Amino acid sequence: MSTEPIVEEAAGLCVNEHGGAIGMPQLCGDWIPNQVFWLLVTLVVIYFVLSKIALPRIAAVLADRKGTITNDLAAAEELKQKAVAAEKAYNDALANARTEAGKIVAAAKAEIQKDLDAATTKADAEIAAKAAESEKTIAGIRDGAAAAVAEVARDVAAELVGALGGGADAKTVTAAVTARLKG
Amino acid sequence: MATEEHGSGLAIHPMDQFIVKPLFGDGPIHWYTPTNVTLWMGIAILAMIALLVLSTRRRAIVPSRGQSVAEMFYGFIHKLVEDVAGHEGLKFFPYVMTLFMFVFLSNILGLIPMSFTTTSHIAVTAVLALMVFLTVTLVGFYRKGLGFLSMFWVSSAPLILRPILAVIELISYFVRPLSHSVRLGGNMMAGHAVIKVFAGFAGAMGVASVLPIAAIAAVYGLELLVASVQAYVFTILTCVYLRDAVGDAHH
Repeated sequence: MSTEPIVEEAAGLCVNEHGGAIGMPQLCGDWIPNQVFWLLVTLVVIYFVLSKIALPRIAAVLADRKGTITNDLAAAEELKQKAVAAEKAYNDALANARTEAGKIVAAAKAEIQKDLDAATTKADAEIAAKAAESEKTIAGIRDGAAAAVAEVARDVAAELVGALGGGADAKTVTAAVTARLKG
Repeated sequence: MATEEHGSGLAIHPMDQFIVKPLFGDGPIHWYTPTNVTLWMGIAILAMIALLVLSTRRRAIVPSRGQSVAEMFYGFIHKLVEDVAGHEGLKFFPYVMTLFMFVFLSNILGLIPMSFTTTSHIAVTAVLALMVFLTVTLVGFYRKGLGFLSMFWVSSAPLILRPILAVIELISYFVRPLSHSVRLGGNMMAGHAVIKVFAGFAGAMGVASVLPIAAIAAVYGLELLVASVQAYVFTILTCVYLRDAVGDAHH
């Protein structure tokens, strides 16, 4: 600022010749139209930028986010339900498999038991047959042995009688031995 | 004030920062002249665009830092309008947001050294307050007709007191724009003038100027608080007044 008269005149009563303020610049009436004009311009610009661009955009973003969060929560809930269902299905399948396995085991057991029974019966029969055969053989052997004992006894008796000097015929000896064996 | 000390060693001009100057040349200031008022209001517009428009251009679901700030401003004022002025008051949300963003950004930008604080001028704050006053009055009469006048007739008071209260209410109603504007302008002007006075001391005290510089730092912090709080107070009072116009019951 210079001290030219025209400036002083233009500045009016608000600014002194050194460019300093006289009193409160807030009360300088010369500047008020300028301030009011530019303030109104500024407010109109801010209002239009806010109401046409900024505020709808931010509102949309916030609504979007709210929607996304709600959707995500719903999806999470759905997935949770699915997980519960899957667990139930798994448990059911497990129980079914257990039942099935039990059935198979029982069937197998029954079959084995049947085979076993059949085998046992067959073995029993064979054993019985073998035992009967053995019994017969033993009886035969016993009879044979008894006959042999009787024969040996007769021969020995005849020899003994002969050796002792007795004179007995074979028929008598045989009768005596037979009587003795029976007794 | 400043002029009285002129010529002495201690030259403090705390009010010079409020002088309106033309941006180009030294000519007279007409209503259309681009001045430092124009410059700093323009910067406020640019700051608002950067804060609320550029930062939200990606419309991200997961917001960036800038977008978070924009959403915070939006949420803060939206909730303020809804809580104070009521659900009906949300129609005026862009209007209130305009006032808040302008006052807040002008206050904050005014704290930049060498800047010009547009809201420290009573002419500016008076226009803002008168706009609120006229809006409330016109909207009140438009929505409620003569019923709007019932807010001056305190029906809960004894009948004999009502005329007296009506006069008091009427006076307080018309004082609103004055208190509304002077509160903001006065706060802004006082803080800046104090900082400037301390700065003047700092220039004249030599080594001891550490003290005023520390004081400037402290006052500057306080002024940041004042700048935000005054913007908030201006906005919340606007909402309180708007409730008279759009709300159902008074008090």
